Amino acid sequence: MANVIFYILAVIALTSALMVVTRKNAVTSAVYLIVTMCAIAGLFVQLGAVFIAALQIIIYAGAIMVLFLFVIMLLNLRKDEFGFDTRVFQRLFAGLLGIVLLVQLIMVVSRLPVVAGQPVDTEMGRVAPLATKFFTQYLYPFEIISVLLLAAIIGAVVIAKKKMGK
Amino acid sequence: MLLSIFIDVVKVIVVFAGFMIMIAYTTWFERRMVAFIQSRLGPNRVGPAGLLQPIADAFKLLFKEPFLPEKSNKVLFSLAPMIAFIPPILAVAVVPIGDTITIAGRKVELLISDLNIGILYVFALGSIGVYGLVLAGWSSNSKYSLLGGLRSSAQMISYEIGLGLSVVGLLMIAQTFSIAEIVRQQSGSVLNWYFFKQPVAFFLFFICAMAESNRLPFDLPEAESELVAGYHTEYPGMRFALFFLGEYAHMITVSMVTASLFFGGWSGPFLPPIVWFLIKVVAFLFIYVWVRGTLPRFRYDQLMRFGWLVIFPLTLVNILVTGLVMVL
Repeated sequence: MANVIFYILAVIALTSALMVVTRKNAVTSAVYLIVTMCAIAGLFVQLGAVFIAALQIIIYAGAIMVLFLFVIMLLNLRKDEFGFDTRVFQRLFAGLLGIVLLVQLIMVVSRLPVVAGQPVDTEMGRVAPLATKFFTQYLYPFEIISVLLLAAIIGAVVIAKKKMGK
Repeated sequence: MLLSIFIDVVKVIVVFAGFMIMIAYTTWFERRMVAFIQSRLGPNRVGPAGLLQPIADAFKLLFKEPFLPEKSNKVLFSLAPMIAFIPPILAVAVVPIGDTITIAGRKVELLISDLNIGILYVFALGSIGVYGLVLAGWSSNSKYSLLGGLRSSAQMISYEIGLGLSVVGLLMIAQTFSIAEIVRQQSGSVLNWYFFKQPVAFFLFFICAMAESNRLPFDLPEAESELVAGYHTEYPGMRFALFFLGEYAHMITVSMVTASLFFGGWSGPFLPPIVWFLIKVVAFLFIYVWVRGTLPRFRYDQLMRFGWLVIFPLTLVNILVTGLVMVL
């Protein structure tokens, strides 16, 4: 039963991820990306990480994708205005980066200590254990990331202000 | 095993049917109440006191022609009303309508699922629901709809932050996300209500929730006087009705969650829990209608300023003060 659900979710996630990069219409791509996010949230639920699943939907499928759609709609991109990028150099470069990413992923996944069929620690995805890890073992990385995000926000405000000044 | 599946199925059917009836009669309730606020009578012809009006409306809408605008994106155009309608209904699953009861030696919880992320589940569904409006606005291929969709996405991003942060103080005191557990903590005495411990949080939460359900004074995505009907301008018949009912479903869900988080949910003396729960829910529905009958619509820039410069800082101050009080 759990396996069947996993395969269904995995197929949905992968198919819609493929659709994201192959559709010509920007809004359709974005909608498929939302479907991917939701399917991944479903995979998190299967791992017992309900809290992370909720965050996945609230932040990625919810807030970030609404923002994406907002920008796409504001620019009002239509099929005929937004085709595939035809520049050869960019395509080659993107392909190269994709291969690098794939190699990295394979390296990371092959080094994981998890063996197939081994039960996962379902407690880890709950709020309290996760928060404890964040505020003890991973306190410094956690705080540094928050400073990084703050810098990004300030940067965005500065860029927006400059445009408004003119 | 079979019995517990049976109990779950019964619970889902009862809650779903009850919720659908509530949606239908909230439309009647609102029309009558707004009419009284405006010194009118409202729908009172179909059945006693107009009580059969929702059924008549349903038939009318079902028999209308469900056409698709020619230059619309057909798939998304048909999908959008469903996305707007389903999430608010699903959110009811985590709201308890009574304490755990024992039937023939079996403990039965009076809610569909006591998720340990309870309130986050409600927020997650809320953030999915907005796509109904956004995609409807875009797929209609009409400028009014597009503007409505744009507004609703901007409004959603601005008020979702306030909505999420407003309950953090409450969650810090309650030490749990489960709505069933939060209600249980408030039972016993009125003074246990989180409203008295987190009054600011309640007002912030209710305002943000009102904005999220696109009700006046926050109904800019449909703003009749400027955008015709905003995101659902192009929608006929039952598809339009789904947006309409989705909004009412959202109102009821918000009322249920508010009553459960801040006003003790089903807890109360003498009367059975379900009655107390419904009294509180109807009270919040009345406030919704009352606000609609009283306040004018925000202007777009006022809406944004209010969300970012008033609600957002206040939620942060509320969290800070709650934290200070808890530590001291």
